Amino acid sequence: MKFLEEYRDRERVEQLLHEISRIVTKPWKIMEVCGGQTHGLVKNGIIGMLPEKITMVHGPGCPVCVTPASLIDEAIALSKKENVVLASFGDMIRVPGTSESLLQAKAAGADVRIVYSPLDALRIAQAEREKQVVFFGVGFETTAPAIALSVIQAKQLGLKNFFVLASHVLVPPAMEAILSDPANEINAFLAAGHVCTIMGEKEYYPIAAKYHVPIIITGFEPVDLLQGILMAVKQLEAGEAKVENQYSRMVMPEGNPSAQQLMQQVFATCDREWRGIGEIPSSGLEVNAGYSSFDARKKFSLPVISSTEKTECRAGEVLRGVLKPVQCEHFGKRCTPEHPLGAPMVSSEGACAAYYHYHQTAASE
Amino acid sequence: MAAGKFTYSLSCPLPQLDFDRIVLGHGSGGLLSKRLIDKVIRPALGEVILSEWHDGAILNTHSKLAFSSDSYVVSPVFFPGGNIGHLAIHGTVNDLAMCGAEAKYLSLSFILEEGLLLSDFWEILLSIKNACERSSVKIVTGDTKVVDGKKCDQIFISTSGIGEVHAQSDVHAKNIRAGDTIIVSGNMASHGIAVMSVRQGLEFETQVTTDSAPLHVPVKKLLDAFGSKIHFLRDPTRGGVATVLNEAALDSGLSIEIHEQNLPVLPEVNGACELLGLDPLHVANEGIFIAIVDPEIADEAMGILRNDECGIHAAIIGQVLDRQPPQVICQSLIGGRRVVPMLPGEQLPRIC
Repeated sequence: MKFLEEYRDRERVEQLLHEISRIVTKPWKIMEVCGGQTHGLVKNGIIGMLPEKITMVHGPGCPVCVTPASLIDEAIALSKKENVVLASFGDMIRVPGTSESLLQAKAAGADVRIVYSPLDALRIAQAEREKQVVFFGVGFETTAPAIALSVIQAKQLGLKNFFVLASHVLVPPAMEAILSDPANEINAFLAAGHVCTIMGEKEYYPIAAKYHVPIIITGFEPVDLLQGILMAVKQLEAGEAKVENQYSRMVMPEGNPSAQQLMQQVFATCDREWRGIGEIPSSGLEVNAGYSSFDARKKFSLPVISSTEKTECRAGEVLRGVLKPVQCEHFGKRCTPEHPLGAPMVSSEGACAAYYHYHQTAASE
Repeated sequence: MAAGKFTYSLSCPLPQLDFDRIVLGHGSGGLLSKRLIDKVIRPALGEVILSEWHDGAILNTHSKLAFSSDSYVVSPVFFPGGNIGHLAIHGTVNDLAMCGAEAKYLSLSFILEEGLLLSDFWEILLSIKNACERSSVKIVTGDTKVVDGKKCDQIFISTSGIGEVHAQSDVHAKNIRAGDTIIVSGNMASHGIAVMSVRQGLEFETQVTTDSAPLHVPVKKLLDAFGSKIHFLRDPTRGGVATVLNEAALDSGLSIEIHEQNLPVLPEVNGACELLGLDPLHVANEGIFIAIVDPEIADEAMGILRNDECGIHAAIIGQVLDRQPPQVICQSLIGGRRVVPMLPGEQLPRIC
């Protein structure tokens, strides 16, 4: 497949690994921000191929993992209202809220439907006018434009039964939260390629400068990931801290202005709670005043849900890069993809699930 | 007409009837039920149904028997390349084939939703007939119930089957040995992607169709040629190839290593999996099987398979290793290694 096979080329991978080994002199901790990158590293067995001096740390870039239980509880509360259809991306429905998941609510009779796109939810609203259709809008800057578009289309169509439960999070504030933590050990970032496809490079310049940290915008295939790691190691070894773009076949320096415009039209930034990290200022998106009639929180006066995270799950440490999934005492024992104690075990992009699914266990060597 | 519907209309038209939809009375057991059987089910199934068909059947067999039962609730009922009808026949025929048996007799039970279009039911029946003929199997008993609207999704089918076990067959996970060769009989993941494409309204440049097919013929050829050197057979339906390989590893107490570069997947199916964030190893199949065989006969077995219409794309994907713990390891295209887990719960597409 074009644009895939050439990035999975074994010879090229071996060259990159060789080059990384040749130049690395000190131990470095590099965080891949996006869950898709974690998946790519683990699925292809790259972690076991890297020189020992390089430690990859899995960042908070999985929307499923960072959505706090309180927002899932809100979605569950909505799904149980009479006449409400709660439409969600597939992997959100298994994430545990405080006492149950959307999947359990569905089994108990709530009308929860899996959609691939917010526009599918819009079609449900068009086809079933007697229902109140709520789209559970989770994700990063990547999913926000399509959700904004669905709201704009709903307005154009005059739909009165389509709403968004906006639960978006933004990547740069989370990276700053990690860097400003006194316990931070991260030396460099592989920034999330798809997020940058939308947002471009410029958000990262002040972060790289303020914290003196190399930030490499990186793709998801083996060659992408290894090139990103090589670029990070080169900068680290040279004492540099620049923003570089490995994923230039997809990411323009200015990003995608039309997508950014859609987001600005519909959303405003707000403070947002992250699972395991806590509240980060200006790190979320909410439906703005101009489109408030499509805001599920305004339409269905929801009770303020303040849920307590399950204490057994050490998601916070995993998402901040302080703890490796396999170092958690519950990993693979009480906590599995079938019975996740916390969100990072649910989505295939969650650091814990990625490890559980693909990590080469020492015992099998 | 929905994509993938069988078109028998020229040779086998729906009889002229004074009803065009299933009503509750068709499951009453009374006059309407009799009319449905006599005017619709029997004429559609023709020769593949025993003439003395009723609530039970008396059968003659000559060998050790295998027995299997399954239910079919696929949604949508019609999908590219077929419908629930032949799936229900091939499914049970294949479950028996994986026991080393050739299906002889099936039961066929319907749960119909009130309001089901008779023309749709007719098409499903014709595809059942076609599948029975392809599988050389007779329907000997059955049942029909009708439930209120929305209590089922148009039609649910249940089939059970009896098959005669091949005299030389000794197929069991306990026979798997370190060094055995793992063969997959055809392209993976086509059925799951075909069904998902209609469910999600996805369109591909080349339409992906179900791989649903009876597998008794290639299985018989392998057993005729190699008997007990065929150690293990299993069709990777729901849960995909990954789940079958994990079962084989756990049941045999041995480890399995597969090579990503040898996994046969159609490019368009692979593309859909990339797009949806699915692993082809976890996607359902309806017309392929995994054979774990003695390494001595692997090449010859491949030759036999590739000469069968169901095995043209057969591939050797890996081998059994004497290594603990029992698990499935995949060597990636770039030479890395990962554990391949069973499919946990439902297969969910990822967000981004």
